[in-house]
Amino acid sequence: MANIREMTCIICPRGCQLTVEYEGKNVLSVKGNACKRGNDYAVAECTCPTRTLTTTVMTESGEVVAVKSNKAIPKELLFDAMKQINALRVSDSVRQGDVVVANILDTGADIIVTSYIE
Amino acid sequence: MLKVSLVIVGGGPAGMSAAVAAYKAGVKDILILEREAHLGGILRQCIHNGFGLHKFGEELTGPEYAARYAEQVKELGIPYKVGTMVTKITPDKEITAINSTDGIMHIKADAIILAMGCRERPKGALNIAGSRPSGIYTAGTAQKYVNIKGYMPGKEVVILGSGDIGLIMARRMTLEGAKVKAVCELMPYSGGLARNIEQCLNDFGIPLLLSHTVVQIHGKDRVTGVTIAKVDEQRRPIKETEQYIACDTLLLSCGLLPENELTKGAGIDIDRITGGAVTDQNRQTSVPGVFACGNVLHVHDLVDYVSDEAEIAGCAAADYIAGIESERVDISVRPVNGVRYTVPQRITSAQDTVVYFRVSDVFRDKKIVVRCAENVISSKKKIKLAPGEMETVKLDAKVLAGIGTGEISIGLED
Ligand SMILES: Cc1cc2nc3c(=O)[nH]c(=O)nc-3n(C[C@H](O)[C@H](O)[C@H](O)COP(=O)(O)OP(=O)(O)OC[C@H]3O[C@@H](n4cnc5c(N)ncnc54)[C@H](O)[C@@H]3O)c2cc1C
Ligand code: SF4
Repeated sequence: MANIREMTCIICPRGCQLTVEYEGKNVLSVKGNACKRGNDYAVAECTCPTRTLTTTVMTESGEVVAVKSNKAIPKELLFDAMKQINALRVSDSVRQGDVVVANILDTGADIIVTSYIE
Repeated sequence: MLKVSLVIVGGGPAGMSAAVAAYKAGVKDILILEREAHLGGILRQCIHNGFGLHKFGEELTGPEYAARYAEQVKELGIPYKVGTMVTKITPDKEITAINSTDGIMHIKADAIILAMGCRERPKGALNIAGSRPSGIYTAGTAQKYVNIKGYMPGKEVVILGSGDIGLIMARRMTLEGAKVKAVCELMPYSGGLARNIEQCLNDFGIPLLLSHTVVQIHGKDRVTGVTIAKVDEQRRPIKETEQYIACDTLLLSCGLLPENELTKGAGIDIDRITGGAVTDQNRQTSVPGVFACGNVLHVHDLVDYVSDEAEIAGCAAADYIAGIESERVDISVRPVNGVRYTVPQRITSAQDTVVYFRVSDVFRDKKIVVRCAENVISSKKKIKLAPGEMETVKLDAKVLAGIGTGEISIGLED
């Protein structure tokens, strides 16, 4: 039987209210999206919701460096990824864009430095 | 006294974008003065993503967005001084600044761009009963602790106010292992972006309690809990709905205020509603040659718009220094019917102009109508408007030239 789910698209700050009609993991229709990315988001939400992770990592000397996953990772892996990143100590010479964890938890996403270090 | 064509006060995204725009428009003698040890402003601590979609077509984190501009400032060789605090600006554009290497500096500028940003409203906590134990922070202070200093302010958290920074911190502290027990919002709607409610609260099952407030803070040395209550339509707490929540940390996310002490000191007219300067379409204040942009002018939710606005100010400052003037008009812009404020507040030249504004409440199915006297200049339909989201209307150069002198109003109609 088809179900209706209301959700807010988080892809851009416009935050469209989406009405999604789905059956199990099958999305039948998406309404309310102002662009195509909203459709893709709704489908992902109903099959495998993913999020970009942004957090910090410590350097060897105890400085804090901001990092992110360069691709969205499955939502249910966020806390496992946090655990791995928090156990890490990275070199003090890292720069923006450097990879600190490659292919985290086999998701295909790398954890990269976002802080701007002069 | 040091002489500089264009002094920019503040090296956040607004200051940097303004500098780059002015430089590209021909002003080479620029000096950016920044109080902190780095360029970048508040974005250095906003490590989450969602910046730059509009400006760069990709999703950047705060530090990455700031870096794009810091790199440009450096590549163009635009001079800047960090660790330098501006303490005074006079109406004849003399600036006093202080740092540890130059001591006290006096600078005479041809033009000034104010880009000092905003700070958090500390007010939210004032009328809450109880002593003031440790464990109460503004959301921005907590953000600085966690993201810059790597220190968690607490383990069990209640957040008062549902502004974006509070929402972002709810997620951030949850990811770092804290338990965020509730976000209380006094108003019947959230002041934050819908996407932040979704990805920062709903993702982690954090309850958003609308029409709720904190009525008492418990604990002597450290917060041990808070009493929350539902509020009625007059925003008075309803006694019977009181509820105790144990926590060691209370974060306040009650909005932002432009930081305008320097502006007032220069004798510049301030808009009572925005808390920022009154400006024209070029972001020129009531003192000729002094411009303002970014959060010091009005609070923006998206840094992309800060950069747009700063570019306007930067180009206009370049025109001012070069003595370029365009066709003059004199039109005041008046917010009416549900529109709280507009920026700019007046229009002095007939050019295509984007007016930014905020509404005073949540509205559905309204038209944004621009009128001059009884005539409708433009009308556009909106399904939903909310105070947390900045809106825009475009005004056509020809229409403005046609009005010449007068007033236009921007309001919501059915
Ligand atoms: C805590 C906090 C979190 C925020 N989070 C977000 C977010 O997640 N997303 C978003 O889009 N927006 C966010 N904002 C709004 C954000 O401020 C803007 O997007 C953007 O950073 C504004 O740029 P700005 O240059 O106007 O101000 P700022 O970034 O605040 O920069 C102003 C600069 O001026 C300097 N300054 C101030 N006074 C002086 C002085 N007297 N002398 C010298 N220098 C001075 C300051 O040190 C600062 O570097 C946040 C704001 C705050 C306060
Ligand atoms: S549907 Fe498109 S426009 Fe609407 S929020 Fe999603 S990405 Fe943005």
